[in-house]
Amino acid sequence: MKDFQYLAPRRLDEAAALMAEHAGSAQLLAGGTDLLIFMRNGRKSPEVVIDAKKIPELTRLQLDAGRLTIGAAVSCRTVWEHPEIIEKFPALADAATLIGGIQIQGRATFGGNLCNAAPSADTVPPVIVYGATAHIASARGERQAPVEEICTGPGLTSLAPDEILVSLSIPAPQANSGAAFLRFIPRNEMDIAVANAAARVDLDETGETISAARIAIGAVAPVPLYVEAAGAALAGKPVNDGSIASAARIARDASTPINDMRGTVEHRKQLVEVLTARALRRACDRARGEKIQ
Amino acid sequence: MSGKSLVTATINGEEKQFLCEPRQSLLEVLRDVLYLTGTKEGCNDGNCGACSVIVDGVLLDACCMLAVEAEGSSVETIEGLATGDELHPLQRAFLEETGLQCGICTPGFLMSAKALLDKTPRPDEQQVRHWLAGNLCRCTGYDKLVRSVLKAVEA
Repeated sequence: MKDFQYLAPRRLDEAAALMAEHAGSAQLLAGGTDLLIFMRNGRKSPEVVIDAKKIPELTRLQLDAGRLTIGAAVSCRTVWEHPEIIEKFPALADAATLIGGIQIQGRATFGGNLCNAAPSADTVPPVIVYGATAHIASARGERQAPVEEICTGPGLTSLAPDEILVSLSIPAPQANSGAAFLRFIPRNEMDIAVANAAARVDLDETGETISAARIAIGAVAPVPLYVEAAGAALAGKPVNDGSIASAARIARDASTPINDMRGTVEHRKQLVEVLTARALRRACDRARGEKIQ
Repeated sequence: MSGKSLVTATINGEEKQFLCEPRQSLLEVLRDVLYLTGTKEGCNDGNCGACSVIVDGVLLDACCMLAVEAEGSSVETIEGLATGDELHPLQRAFLEETGLQCGICTPGFLMSAKALLDKTPRPDEQQVRHWLAGNLCRCTGYDKLVRSVLKAVEA
């Protein structure tokens, strides 16, 4: 690994000033499970590494009147160990428990997973379906963006070189809503998604009709993909196999996967349709109050 | 370019100070600076779990953390598992159930198992398998490892 300067600011404004001073040659370090590997194999060689984990705004995990704020440097393990998140935002826990083994989950972060911008990033489809807002800071000021606008291509984001992802905030879930995330890998643990899918549904008070839905899919496009049309097609539809199948078909048609060592185009298209349908069913079950881990 | 940093951390209950370069991982410093060579280097990219240690109560791969990040932290390694000559119940169970062959992965498996028992003193087999999923073993086969952990739970 090439030499670099390590800085651990304790305030967000200090971090923003450092990012501005070293824009283009600095990397923020959250869990390090991607960054340190890239630095070791030469894919990245920052001159300055700025540790995100001493900055309160980036390490905060907060539920405030139902709204969830996940600091960009909060670990997956912190998320899945939080009983209220498991109850209120189960699709986040679904993803947080699937990434790597326990060792990786103890370090890897939601913010890092988003900014690493892998098409297969498992935490990104869930935060998209929950309608998360990304809070971004720099020495030039603060801004917000819908989380689905952050990844722009494999390894690429819409963040400027001096910008810091501070946190993701997710609105309080409505009554009768549920969400789920599913991933396909050829083994039980410790692998990268061949395809994944997240779904969120809001049901009406009868629990029989979908009032709104959001669907996002991964590892089947250059970015984790928000499929707005698939969710929109479910609005006003009854909870049944027909509505779910047509939304899953839209997700399949929106996907543009590639052939690689993990799967073929056809395999991935088939998988993403099946996973979307299953995630929708599970989301509906959870919206009706079933506890499914 | 950046020189060495002085880091203070608690290692296996004892406060230590060490010098390291920012680019040195916790794994490198444990082995090459502090000479705690029980923690093994396997893949050096977060896949195999051979370098599993517990930092501030959190199980992690020491290859995926910079040593400078350990400032002010409490680090537990395999060297802290036994009490003097008295083996930890997990170590005894690994011996009795032959939960090891070549031994390279063993310290990592023991630290993962310890982290599990610290959180869940009486795990079931499914929980044991889940917590050991981040550790690879190329010779024992996993059944004996799982049996070893379950035996330590019963002990």
